[in-house]
Amino acid sequence: MLQKVYDWVDERLDITPLWRDIADHEVPEHVNPAHHFSAFVYCFGGLTFFVVVIQILSGMFLTMYYVPDIIHAYESVYYLQNEVTHGLIVRGMHHWGASLVIVMMFLHTLRVFFTGSYKKPRELNWVVGVLLFFVILGLGFTGYLLPWDMKAYFATVVGLEIAESAPVIGGFARTLLAGGEIIGAQTLARFFAIHVFFLPGALLGLLGAHFFMIRKQGISGPL
Amino acid sequence: MSEKKHRVSRRQFLTYTLTGVGGFMAAGMLSPMVRMALDPALEATGDSEFVAVGLGEDELTEEPQIVNFELEIEDAWYTSEQPRSAWIYKDGDEIIALSPICTHLGCTVNWDANEDYPEQFFCPCHFGRFERDGTNVAGTPPTRPLDVYDVEVRDGMIYLGQINQRS
Repeated sequence: MLQKVYDWVDERLDITPLWRDIADHEVPEHVNPAHHFSAFVYCFGGLTFFVVVIQILSGMFLTMYYVPDIIHAYESVYYLQNEVTHGLIVRGMHHWGASLVIVMMFLHTLRVFFTGSYKKPRELNWVVGVLLFFVILGLGFTGYLLPWDMKAYFATVVGLEIAESAPVIGGFARTLLAGGEIIGAQTLARFFAIHVFFLPGALLGLLGAHFFMIRKQGISGPL
Repeated sequence: MSEKKHRVSRRQFLTYTLTGVGGFMAAGMLSPMVRMALDPALEATGDSEFVAVGLGEDELTEEPQIVNFELEIEDAWYTSEQPRSAWIYKDGDEIIALSPICTHLGCTVNWDANEDYPEQFFCPCHFGRFERDGTNVAGTPPTRPLDVYDVEVRDGMIYLGQINQRS
């Protein structure tokens, strides 16, 4: 049945070459854990992406219940966690997954560094990777405020003071991030917008570039 | 079926196992999320509570009178008091409480408000009319009678419950 549907579409649109191009590629022996178990370190990049997918999916579902408003943000998080069936699980996935993304990304960075994979001709991919690192830190920072509890609020107080300590542009950066002089309604609204629209957009674009380059250049050779 | 006829190639075996494991992981990931999204539709809706309207049974007459009261609405993390009204009167021993919402397009009806149609509920929007018992007058826009509240009397006071449709 599925095969027939596929054939019907393929006959008209010739989609096979499209996905074959993406799916068919050699996995060199030195990155295949089936040959050398220590090659599992080459899985960290893929695992980071896997966790990012979980973050995007669970985040999409969380926004069905969350509201970015200082009166109701905490209550809506409390409601989705304690009253909605499986809300606890979905929020848990997003909460723990956030830390896991950072951990996996860090391990991936270490692997790339110690195998020397950042060297010519892959310097650009390293640069994009560092940008991805900042985007993901930004997602962590903005997402931390959203539950609007004590921990969230004071973590953001500290974070914005760090921004303020930057020379010359410090005050400007702080006001821009907070959306005003106090950390309040505008801060929460803009952190929400940055967390669910701006940074994920940047993340997907950079990931596209990251994956395009690794497919174009191939995985770096064995040590 | 003999073993020979049902050979599974290496490629087929890998396709089956990878699809199976992948499907299992995807399902494990997605099922809590989907269940969470479906929650409002799957949650059982309880009958609403009876609320006091601040009117004694002995204050009722055969003449419908409007009573305004507040209903506490729990909307997830937001609780609010919403105004409700009812036209209440006595029909013999029975207490009738009619919803003032016109069954045509939802305007508010008024008792005995139009000189041309005394002793009727009148809707100013499209001139819909209802008899004293809420029955819609044929030839006017509404197609069913006014809805009725569940009525309870506790210690001589009137309590109204949920609104029921009549066909």
